[in-house]
Amino acid sequence: MCLGIPGEIVEISQDRPDLAKVAVSGVKRTINIGLLTDDPPVPGDWILIHVGFALSKIDEDEARAAMDFLESIGKAYEDELAALRDSRID
Amino acid sequence: MRFVDEFRDAEKARALSAKITSLCEPGREYRFMEVCGGHTHTIYKHGLEDYLPPSITLVHGPGCPVCVIPMGRVDDAIHIARQPGVLMTSFGDMMRVPGSGGNFFDSNAEGTNIRMVYSPLDSLKIARQNPDQQVVFMAIGFETTAPSTAMTVLRAAAEKIDNFSIFCNHVTIIPAIKAILDSPDLRLDGFIGPGHVSTVIGCRPYEFIARDYGKPVVVAGFEPLDILQSIYLLMLQLAEGRSEVENQYTRVVPWDGNLVALRAIGEVMELRPYFEWRGLGFISHSAMRVREEFAAFDAERIFSVPGVRVADPKACQCGEVLKGVLKPWECKVFGTACTPETPIGTCMVSPEGACAAYYNFGRFTRSRVREASRV
Amino acid sequence: MTTAEERVLERIERARRRKARVREERIVLSHGSGGKATHTLIEAVFLDAFRNPLLEPLEDAASLVVDGARLALTTDSFVVSPLFFPGGDIGDLAVNGTVNDLAVSGARPLYLTAGFILEEGFPVADLIRIVESMRVAAGRAGVQVVTGDTKVVQRGKADGCYVNTAGVGVIEHSGLGVATARPGDAVLVSGPIGEHGITIMLARGELDIDADLESDTAPLHELADALLRVPGVRALRDATRGGVATILNEVAQAANVAVVVDEDAVPVREEVRGASELLGIDPLYVACEGRFVAIVDGATAGDALAALRAHPLGAEAAIIGRIGEDPPGLVLLNTAFGGTRIVDLLVGDPLPRIC
Repeated sequence: MCLGIPGEIVEISQDRPDLAKVAVSGVKRTINIGLLTDDPPVPGDWILIHVGFALSKIDEDEARAAMDFLESIGKAYEDELAALRDSRID
Repeated sequence: MRFVDEFRDAEKARALSAKITSLCEPGREYRFMEVCGGHTHTIYKHGLEDYLPPSITLVHGPGCPVCVIPMGRVDDAIHIARQPGVLMTSFGDMMRVPGSGGNFFDSNAEGTNIRMVYSPLDSLKIARQNPDQQVVFMAIGFETTAPSTAMTVLRAAAEKIDNFSIFCNHVTIIPAIKAILDSPDLRLDGFIGPGHVSTVIGCRPYEFIARDYGKPVVVAGFEPLDILQSIYLLMLQLAEGRSEVENQYTRVVPWDGNLVALRAIGEVMELRPYFEWRGLGFISHSAMRVREEFAAFDAERIFSVPGVRVADPKACQCGEVLKGVLKPWECKVFGTACTPETPIGTCMVSPEGACAAYYNFGRFTRSRVREASRV
Repeated sequence: MTTAEERVLERIERARRRKARVREERIVLSHGSGGKATHTLIEAVFLDAFRNPLLEPLEDAASLVVDGARLALTTDSFVVSPLFFPGGDIGDLAVNGTVNDLAVSGARPLYLTAGFILEEGFPVADLIRIVESMRVAAGRAGVQVVTGDTKVVQRGKADGCYVNTAGVGVIEHSGLGVATARPGDAVLVSGPIGEHGITIMLARGELDIDADLESDTAPLHELADALLRVPGVRALRDATRGGVATILNEVAQAANVAVVVDEDAVPVREEVRGASELLGIDPLYVACEGRFVAIVDGATAGDALAALRAHPLGAEAAIIGRIGEDPPGLVLLNTAFGGTRIVDLLVGDPLPRIC
């Protein structure tokens, strides 16, 4: 129901600490980071943007873990396919 | 794009697809509801159903904030927009939602000034730039969007801006899910949970679904691999006889949600005793209104709205579609009387509405499309 | 898929083929967006009233034969806001737009007209700037502005400056038309898509998005001519309002063929992608002002691509898909994710969305 786009914090505004310049695939927009005051992001952090606000910080470790999981499934699938090919050759 | 492209990888999708198929019990049909319209959009936009075995059906749920706004509220908004000196702002999504006498574009053709904005903060900026106008923001959305509206009202209050208000149509997802679970004709095996709502409310509010209704829930991200992985996790729960709330979207969704955002909503808004949902009828405690303390920013208090209830057109079966009882194409008016050009029901309006998504992206025999596209 | 579903889908296709009817009582913005509403308006109001064999193909320019000479005639009005934007202004657009309509019709552009509707109070300096852009653009395209018109309306009755141009050219490559597309043909675009539309959206300033983007406005007569020297070119279309997706739907419907596009193959610049993701719009529907879509015999598609890439304006041209038989009248997309979906005409402009 809600479009959320990942962006990278480029800089935090000097006079308005609730605002940050955020880059999304080559474009930039000022995003309100006032909803992240419990764990304020710093430049280089990735956030999820919705209607001009950052809703959440993107956890890179979790993203990597998700990728690892997907890769492990892909690997298992490859192995199975390979096994299938071998069994056909026999 | 980081965190986007890697979750659109076709290789990994093929592997997941094989895993999902291997978990299907012969002869068993599976029906999962993706609650969120954003998921519906992803499913169609990327052609995700091509990766699912025929025994798995995805049912498109009520999580489209535009689709559930009843006609009466659209009429109320247009009534406000017609008041002298009013400049209304709205997300692009709302512009084509039909009221009983037309949509926002039609209303503009008759003289109102309803402008599209990307963020509620843009509305506040318009208010600052137009001190002689009353700027009213048409606030819609689930818990994902409500904090942004709340923060904007708090900002307006702090800056003492006296020509800005919101017409509050924020709704809450849990009562809608509960209404669906309680509907007698429901046949679902599990839920793909709304990832972005969950960034705010966390995963705990879904626990009753697993505990009391015995249906597994997997909170999912919005890239196609996220959804495919969530379907895999649902199938795994069913295969192992579990019914739990799991979080697939851990890179974005903290288990406890965003407390700052919840506090902002609570400060500015309170639950309405009841609210009408298009197609689903009146649901208790399912929407929010502006608190008394912020009455100065509440368009419903500033402008008296007619509040006339407009019944859904008889032919429209949006309710059945939203509940997953009917597939979009099973509705009597789908694609003939009700099309994206002339939507009768709101499911046809928003690109993430179940009917519009099906009409725009999926309207064809899948096997024929697949065959043709491989030539 | 059940037969019940197939029946419904067939009923829908029948409904889609029914005669267009304008349901609105008043003109709404969607009528000018190039999508379904525009098509309906053209078919139900204009085509019905003016119907003749020259108009009926609804190509970018009409092909006329006058005393044995084959001429192309076209007209276009320009109402862009803002008037000045990165990469150009309304003057460039007004010349290039009409030049391109002639060029994609296989004509060598020769003469333009220029009509101006000006709002009372509009700065003369801005008008001079626009006219200067037109002079330069006309020079670049090798055309002359040979007649014109000026009207001034009361303040508030127009948005600064509107420009209309009409153009005439001599047809050097005949027999072009999207209705001639046939299965086995290749679909090409002459460069990355959507830059003009996104640039304009951002230049309005309301979205507060910064991007290093410029409008792609350019005269395409040389590029079109280079391509048309390759045998087997069936049709070219200028991908303006409604973007590439709209053109492809026009091809599918006019030739009653399927158009199959590979999402991966469609060139989109990073900034266009970023802005599109942020706003929730699809670059396939975003306007270009210096790109065309070409339908070319599959056997000569490689030569066609080479011809395009040899010209600076076609350096990033790509083969993005092909023409198939089934399902007739529809555009299909093979998504980068490996799925398939339909690419339909939009009702109106792509709207920024939050959902």
